[in-house]
Amino acid sequence: MSLAALGFTTPWLLWALAALPVLWIILRAVPPAPMRRRFPGVVLLLGLRDGDSVSDRTPWWLLLLRILAVAAAIVGLAGPVLNPRDADKGASSAPLLIVVEDSWAAARDWPVLRAAMDGLLSEAARDGRTAALMRLSAPERPVFRAAADLRRHLPGLEPEPWGTRPESHTEAAAMLPEGSIETRWFSDGLDRVGRADLLAALEARGPVVVHESAQPVVALTPPTLEEGMVVLRALRAGTDSTREITVAAHGRDPAGAERVLARLPLTFAAGAKEATGRLSLPPELRARIERFEIEGARHAGAVSLSGDGLRRREVALIAGREDREGLELLSPLYYLRKALAPNADLLEGALLDLLPANPDAVVLADVATLSEAEQDALGEWVEAGGVLVRFAGPRLAASDVSRGEEAALMPVRLRAGGRTVGGAMSWGAPKTLAPFPDGSPFRGLDIPEDVNVTAQVLAQPDPTLAERVIAQLGDGTPLVTRKRLGAGQVVLFHVTANAEWSSLPLSGLFVQMLDRLAVSSAQAAPAEAELAGTIWQPVQVLDGFGRLDEAGTRPGVAGEHLLDAPLGPDLLPGIYEGPERRVARNVIGPETQIAAAAWPARVPVEGLARAPETPLGGWLLSAALALMLVDILAALALSGRLWRVGETAAVLLALVLAGLSPDAARAQAFDDTRAIEATSETVLAHVLTGDGQVDDAARAGLRGLGRVLSFRTSVEPAAPIGVDLERDDLAFYPMLYWPVTQGQPIPSDEAYARLNDYLRNGGLILFDTRDADIAGFGAASPNGAKLQRLAAPLDIPPLEPVPEDHVLTRTFYLLSDFPGRHMGRAVWVEAAPPDAERVEGMPFRDLNDGVTPVVIGGNDWAAAWAVTERGDPLFPVGRGYTGERQREMAYRFGVNLVMHVLTGNYKSDQVHVPALLERLGQ
Amino acid sequence: MADAAPSLRARAEAETARLPPLLARAERLARTVMMGEHGRRRAGTGDDFWQYRPVQPGDSRRDIDWRRSARSDAQFIRQREWKLAQSVMIWVDPAASMRFASEKDLPDKADRARLLALAVALLLDRGGERVGMTGTALPPRRGAAQIARIAQALSAESGEDHAAPDMSGLVPHGRVLLVSDFLGDPAPVRAALTAAADRGVRGVLLQVLDPAEEAFPYHGRTIFESMAGTLTHETLKAADLRERYLARLAARKEALSALAAATGWQYGCHHTDTGAQAALLWLHSAISEGRGGA
Repeated sequence: MSLAALGFTTPWLLWALAALPVLWIILRAVPPAPMRRRFPGVVLLLGLRDGDSVSDRTPWWLLLLRILAVAAAIVGLAGPVLNPRDADKGASSAPLLIVVEDSWAAARDWPVLRAAMDGLLSEAARDGRTAALMRLSAPERPVFRAAADLRRHLPGLEPEPWGTRPESHTEAAAMLPEGSIETRWFSDGLDRVGRADLLAALEARGPVVVHESAQPVVALTPPTLEEGMVVLRALRAGTDSTREITVAAHGRDPAGAERVLARLPLTFAAGAKEATGRLSLPPELRARIERFEIEGARHAGAVSLSGDGLRRREVALIAGREDREGLELLSPLYYLRKALAPNADLLEGALLDLLPANPDAVVLADVATLSEAEQDALGEWVEAGGVLVRFAGPRLAASDVSRGEEAALMPVRLRAGGRTVGGAMSWGAPKTLAPFPDGSPFRGLDIPEDVNVTAQVLAQPDPTLAERVIAQLGDGTPLVTRKRLGAGQVVLFHVTANAEWSSLPLSGLFVQMLDRLAVSSAQAAPAEAELAGTIWQPVQVLDGFGRLDEAGTRPGVAGEHLLDAPLGPDLLPGIYEGPERRVARNVIGPETQIAAAAWPARVPVEGLARAPETPLGGWLLSAALALMLVDILAALALSGRLWRVGETAAVLLALVLAGLSPDAARAQAFDDTRAIEATSETVLAHVLTGDGQVDDAARAGLRGLGRVLSFRTSVEPAAPIGVDLERDDLAFYPMLYWPVTQGQPIPSDEAYARLNDYLRNGGLILFDTRDADIAGFGAASPNGAKLQRLAAPLDIPPLEPVPEDHVLTRTFYLLSDFPGRHMGRAVWVEAAPPDAERVEGMPFRDLNDGVTPVVIGGNDWAAAWAVTERGDPLFPVGRGYTGERQREMAYRFGVNLVMHVLTGNYKSDQVHVPALLERLGQ
Repeated sequence: MADAAPSLRARAEAETARLPPLLARAERLARTVMMGEHGRRRAGTGDDFWQYRPVQPGDSRRDIDWRRSARSDAQFIRQREWKLAQSVMIWVDPAASMRFASEKDLPDKADRARLLALAVALLLDRGGERVGMTGTALPPRRGAAQIARIAQALSAESGEDHAAPDMSGLVPHGRVLLVSDFLGDPAPVRAALTAAADRGVRGVLLQVLDPAEEAFPYHGRTIFESMAGTLTHETLKAADLRERYLARLAARKEALSALAAATGWQYGCHHTDTGAQAALLWLHSAISEGRGGA
């Protein structure tokens, strides 16, 4: 980029740069701002004169900084512009005609192209010229108007998927007005018929400049199937260098979401115009593909819709008799398999098993009677669009199906017995086929000479018979009949599916007929003849950028035009739905060739990309501002004040950072690990009171209890966890040990809500006032009063001192009291229901309710349980042997409590054991 | 007006809150100096009880101790121990110039001056001397209450840049401790010292200086302001002034020293970056010096 690429809107401002040396001298002469200092010794300074009048100089680098800042400001204000538009070049006053080939090929670079047109028009508007736009997709007589006006229409301009029609260039040439016109031709880069005509016409009226994107056009031809693999062929025009592109297969996944199902890289060898690749996909996946697309190409030519072409049909084959083991060639399905296997996926099995797989077609070979359920299911499936093909055979001929009246799943009534012609025991020669009648799906198929029929079932001549015949023999007897049923159809071949009754299954015609019936894959493009007279409804259409849109209410297209007629406003590329199938019409057909446009040497060809006009003033002014900020810092540093400022800034920064610290995220992660910890093993938990000593004792106590549990029972709790009521989820813990302390904060409402939830869902809280004075659990002790306050909002049922027969006294050990570090005060639990009675002869009352939600006592159990990491008791309990005994009892209480929590009233139920045993004995 | 009282009270509380630390620091400092009681061991004018003796002719009736006399038939006179208690008056410069510290971790001069003054007061009190503040507000007395009052009085601050020593209320032949930076006008100091010398009062001049005032580590264009902001001096090259400033400072010290010598006073200079203990020892010995001869 030369210097010429830089321009200034107000160059005279640059003269101010000459003043910079003066500024240098002035800045140098002016001393730096004085520092103010407090100094008590100033008295001694009074009257002292500076020995030399030259002050300390501003340091050279600070001077340089300031000079640079000023210079940047001056240059910035002068309005530097990178790549300025040359105002003088081509400033003709002739009307400007923009010719644009707005085809799919132009879509590949459309934003750039539109920006280039916009640039041209804005220039023209500045010069006051009139302009007109001519779209070659639909040429209209150009109307010249103000360029600014035309410019407003540019955003709505989009490429058309059909590109240009062959005749449009010639038409456009004819529409050009007389007079001098300057032309800018935006080419899509593809060679077009009639280009020379239009170019000549334009050159006759004035200068022509061609703009063309440098990006080569790549396009994708419709995929074909070869040996079960999808063959993809890409075309290109323009460059000849080696290039790699990627073709993506889009389709819906089983969940119905559109996604890329496969990718295939294709490589254009140097000089090659084509690249071919094979994509091997499982049929199931291949059937899901809706379109192939060259990644990154973004135009309609790079998209190839597959329609039904890639779908392999699923055909269910069901034979009436499969018992003739070893006679393969006589199997009624043998020829069907041979005919269908290359193009369809065959399903075999029981009919009711196959129908849920929703096959595209069901072939019943000589199946006479169907069960009620089969009949219903099959009927439903046909009405939903299935194709049921039935073949006759000895069984059908012998059965009474559709004899007296037409069966739902038969197209015609059958006469009893059928007939045999040309056999050893009959007169006449085997019958050949008559040409297919109009309206038959087989119309146009060649009938081989050697196909003849020796036996068949015969249709009753009902009034509807004539319209249901789609193939007949030379003597007019129906060979194939068809009945539409809902969205589907039922087809009956009046011969067998094997070669017993006719040679039809041996011929190629058989395969073609199945194909026409859309039984086999619809891969072969529909023939012209088949399409004639049909109307195809667009389902989805492509726009110029290769985006697939719903077709909406677009009119249908006549079948004969669908495949061959050039694309245009009336025939958009897309997916069209016909009577039995969907056909894709692509921009690029199998035969399409694309070639790069060749322009005569006299025509100047320019690229689209033009370095945009970039004003640099803002950047320079920002730089000046930044330099001035640096100058402030430097000046502060020089005067020794930066430190103070820096300190303040650091404090502010720290505050801001502290505010932003990701506490929430950490807390979340912490919660998760905690939950996992708490749920992977049984965990005893205690409520954190905030009093370190009490919390440690509770933790050590639960640790000791855990050890005892592990030694003696099958409960093996993990290390205890302290629970913060405000923050932690309680649901993971079977019981909570809650030591009551004076300094404990009353939990918040949310915490109480959680606690109540916990209690209602089977949690147990062991309240311990730790003061041995709980008997009334009233205000007798400070901790008791605190307990009252703590427990007031809790949802606690009526309480009573542990009755003699409470389950807590016998869940593991038989206990009569529950000592901790203190001895023998009453422990309170949920009161037994008033109607609990002792059954005659039972030692206990029948107390079959849940676990008591709270146990309240004051015996300081945790202290009695507490052990160190090594297992030594942490607190003394009692004296000597009695003390040891008391500690043992405390442990036993703990074991009983945990058992009660974990097993509920299991032990209470044990009272029924004698009764149960007795009953079992009987 | 309504909020005057609360604000006064708040300020007073803030002030008293400052006292105990100062007192504690001063006590800690004073405790490093050990000394003994030095009573005269004979009856005389003093505060402390010495003995009862029978009334002799010539005794004034009002000297009779009636309580003691009533217990017996004879009449007694209560004699006190004759004490040659020294009266030491302290003056600490309350001016703004003292509130200067060149660095953050240095105490300002006023703080150091108060600390030294209070520590000296404690020491003297413990030694049986009477301590007071110059001026009429706090005449020399003994006792812990007096120390507290001195501590209170020491926290007074003045908005002036420099203050002249208040030499009123001097006890003849007492001793005076003047603590200041003596950077202000030397004339009042000279006048105070000569006046004191005239009344037989001797004492100690302690000049407290910040290290920055000794080193003058400044350079570049600077406007120097006095602590109260009344005086300014602008220079273009501060570094150039250094030599002349130091010369003037040395001259000032010389003048003070000479003045002290002429009036029989002692002059000492203390820097806030050195320890307070050495200064205290020097102060104590300087004040005690020649006490016996008084």
